[in-house]
Amino acid sequence: MNPSDANKLKMYTRRATIVSGGMLLLSSALIGRMYYLQVTNRNQYELLADKNRISMRLLAPKRGDIVDRFGREIATNTTDYRVNVIPEETKELQETLKSLGHYIPISENENKRVLKAAKKQRSFLPINIANNLDWETFSQVNVNMPDLPGVQPDMGVSRYYPEKGLVAHLVGYVGSVSENELNGDPLLELPEFKIGKNGIEKTLDDKLRGSAGNSKVEVNVLGRVIRELSRQDSVSGETTNLTIDLDIQKFAANRVSDVSAAVVVMDIHTGDLLALSSTPSFDPNDFNNGISQKKWDALREDIRKPLINKAVSGQYSPGSTFKMIVALAALEAGIVTAEETKFCGSTFKIGKRIVHCWNKNGHGHINIIQALAQSCDVYFYELALEVGIEKIHEMSTRFGLGERFNIGIMSEAKGINPNNKWKMGTQGVRWQGGDTVNAGIGQGYVSTTPLQLCVMISRMVNGGKAVEPKIFSDDDPLSMSNDIGISEKNLKIILQGMNDVYNHPRGTAFSHRSRNKNYKLGGKTGTTQVRRISTAERQTRVLKNNEKPWIERDHALFVGYGPVENPKFSICVIVEHGGGGSSTASPIARDVLEFVINNDKKRNAETII
Amino acid sequence: MQYSTRIGSSKKKSLSQKFFDLNWFIVLVIILVASFGFAMLYSVAGGSVDPWAKNQFIRFIIGLILMIMVAMVDIRVWMFLAYPFYAVALGLLLIVDIMGEIGKGSQRWLDLGFMNFQPSELIKIALVMALARYFHCLTDDETTQLRSLIKPIILIILPVVLVLRQPDLGTTILIVLGGIALLFAAGVRMWLFVASLIALIPAAYGAWQFLKPYQKQRVLTFLDPEKDPLGAGYHIIQSKIALGSGGIYGKGFIQGTQSQLNFLPEKHTDFIFTVIAEELGLIGGLTLLGLYFILLAYAIIVSMSVKSQFGRLLILGMVFTFFLYMFINIAMVMGLVPVVGVPLPLVSYGGSAMLTLLMAFGFILSAAIHKETSIPRGGAFA
Repeated sequence: MNPSDANKLKMYTRRATIVSGGMLLLSSALIGRMYYLQVTNRNQYELLADKNRISMRLLAPKRGDIVDRFGREIATNTTDYRVNVIPEETKELQETLKSLGHYIPISENENKRVLKAAKKQRSFLPINIANNLDWETFSQVNVNMPDLPGVQPDMGVSRYYPEKGLVAHLVGYVGSVSENELNGDPLLELPEFKIGKNGIEKTLDDKLRGSAGNSKVEVNVLGRVIRELSRQDSVSGETTNLTIDLDIQKFAANRVSDVSAAVVVMDIHTGDLLALSSTPSFDPNDFNNGISQKKWDALREDIRKPLINKAVSGQYSPGSTFKMIVALAALEAGIVTAEETKFCGSTFKIGKRIVHCWNKNGHGHINIIQALAQSCDVYFYELALEVGIEKIHEMSTRFGLGERFNIGIMSEAKGINPNNKWKMGTQGVRWQGGDTVNAGIGQGYVSTTPLQLCVMISRMVNGGKAVEPKIFSDDDPLSMSNDIGISEKNLKIILQGMNDVYNHPRGTAFSHRSRNKNYKLGGKTGTTQVRRISTAERQTRVLKNNEKPWIERDHALFVGYGPVENPKFSICVIVEHGGGGSSTASPIARDVLEFVINNDKKRNAETII
Repeated sequence: MQYSTRIGSSKKKSLSQKFFDLNWFIVLVIILVASFGFAMLYSVAGGSVDPWAKNQFIRFIIGLILMIMVAMVDIRVWMFLAYPFYAVALGLLLIVDIMGEIGKGSQRWLDLGFMNFQPSELIKIALVMALARYFHCLTDDETTQLRSLIKPIILIILPVVLVLRQPDLGTTILIVLGGIALLFAAGVRMWLFVASLIALIPAAYGAWQFLKPYQKQRVLTFLDPEKDPLGAGYHIIQSKIALGSGGIYGKGFIQGTQSQLNFLPEKHTDFIFTVIAEELGLIGGLTLLGLYFILLAYAIIVSMSVKSQFGRLLILGMVFTFFLYMFINIAMVMGLVPVVGVPLPLVSYGGSAMLTLLMAFGFILSAAIHKETSIPRGGAFA
């Protein structure tokens, strides 16, 4: 080897060694980095990798049923037969849709919607084609699956109200979760999840909802589920038992189906509400998937207000049904006795104002029982003035008027149980004698709900016990009601008056008395003016109800109970703008009470056998 | 004059002799490295030889035969062919450039029918050959002279310009660094490198202006990948997650969640090392690095006993090119350098790089077989 070559080799060897050293250095940097990532920080990256691949899917719980006192379904869930299509599993989406069209009608628009959706979303995600299919159609699709590549029959759950409008106001309805109802609970964010929007569905939502389960799944980068890793099943919502008797509820609702009315039926001893109807009604099933604008507008614009639960939210002057309160206030105060009479000459003068009795001929000399039975206004104008508003107010309070019972359904109204303090507070003006006169016949400031009136009569006929209304039958059944402290003697007087309303030939509801020979019914009619009758009208002619526009007609009321021999059930009927309490409300009350009592006897007979 | 007499005196080997002289251990290591590739390509396909593993295997066999053929050809022939080879590779690069110009879009490959060939891969070894030949022909004095650097710098810059136009940052870096390493090994004065390094700072600024927006983005994203976790930083973040979660022993073959569930991008090409590290763990990664080390260490050691400067520089150039592939790729997937699109040698799916690297090893083996052959400064067939 010549010197030049030797030099070159020497130089090369030196330089190559340096290069090699450099390469080794860089390689050790790689190894160091690997160690840092895979050993030092391994746990952190493992978590991130799991976060990538593991997805928690919530499993929606089954919503609890709502049943009546005998376990009959009021709100439940039904299987919703659906058909979806998974674009990626079809040979040609349009072809599949065409074949599917033989079994399920697919409109032009539907077809377009599906094709559009298929373009937008990932091809392994199902697109819904049809909902709420009947079993026949659904099974046809299932049988023909081999000819329908990509079609996926699916079963979902829908809330179902078998009685439709019958119990609608009570149970309410469910709907999709709205933006402002989101509270961080991921369950609410499930696309198909429904929550209670009204009625018991809303007030008991937590109990009915149940708790979500979850399924841990492994997903790929596109979100496709590869496999399930673990699963915790959801817990169904609890079944809620109502005190409602569906038979009675149905009967009552049907009885008033053609009018705008509320019927409340109660067990006077337990406070169990057996029926709580309000008509007209709506079909809660319509709300499941969002009610159509057309239906919604129709419901909202109906002057009979089908969306309002009149039984608890409607506030009405109690009218003559209030006379028992006035009578009891006077009796308890010792202002009047059963024998004492007053003279009704059809008019009564208070200051410069002249007020009238409904009977233009006047009732003549009558005592308190007759005054109740014949519903004499003049008697109670006078009596009210004698006893004063504060005592009346105090008596109303004992009977639950002006009280919100919080029975657990929405928008229970409070009504107005007025006195001087109330008037000063709300109007800034002292209570006047004229106000007392108005209150004496349940007009003026007094305002009550059908539920309150039903509680009132219950407390009168159950021996003066402060029974509380209840809608849930799992509430403590043994709770004893307190005595409201009315003397038995005075209660008897009131009961006699109410008995006579139906059963005395001069009673206001005599023509609508019980047709059953085995028992009698009692109660009190009420007719409340919606519009004040002017002096001019009185001088010419008072328009008959059917001559006035519906909205100006009188409300017809009736509070009743039965059987008179051994009171067990009470009722309150209000027919909005229905005319007279005796002509319109008392026959309804009679029919419902008869149904309730007959049913009860039948059931008792069965249990004995 | 006296050198020419030595040509004849060098021992002339028969073909079969050369065949047995091949370092079969090294061939075996190469097969092992490539097998890593087949296995991982089988894995990332979800346990299937299609679409990658089978193709890769076929290309590897072709490449292996090519490598052995290259190895058996006399080193002097390669020296003789160095410039023409460089000219052809540069020509192909020019054709791609022109085609890209006509086709209105960046194109990096030529369609050879059975595979797409990237001339930018070929130019890497052609440049090493040309530079090795150039320095072989210089005297010691000439080597240290500044003006001797003009020609090699032109040799380097020509392909760099064409590759940058494609634009292919990864290949550019490989060419420039490979060229510099060769100049260094050839004995160019040390201070020149130091001076260049200092001069590089303003040059880097100039180059930054020259980069395409997406290339700038890559560099910026590399510096802080978390800044853009859904965009450009996504690849690096996912790759690091895959690597880190693999741990020491890995998640198991075909069990890598990041790769099997497609969180990892480009898992069969640039990011295949990540799959190895995820499924086979630190142990798998180190094993592959070990195999690479054996290959490169062998070549460097052999180069020191090669009699011709051409052979020595040829080996070092190829070794360094090979090392750069490996280093940039692995550093890139681990988030040490920006993502520049350099495959993992002999493992990543792709024909051009595979053939190029096997050819490079062919040259290394050729230089090894013919290490006793000394070549006059004027050239073997001058």
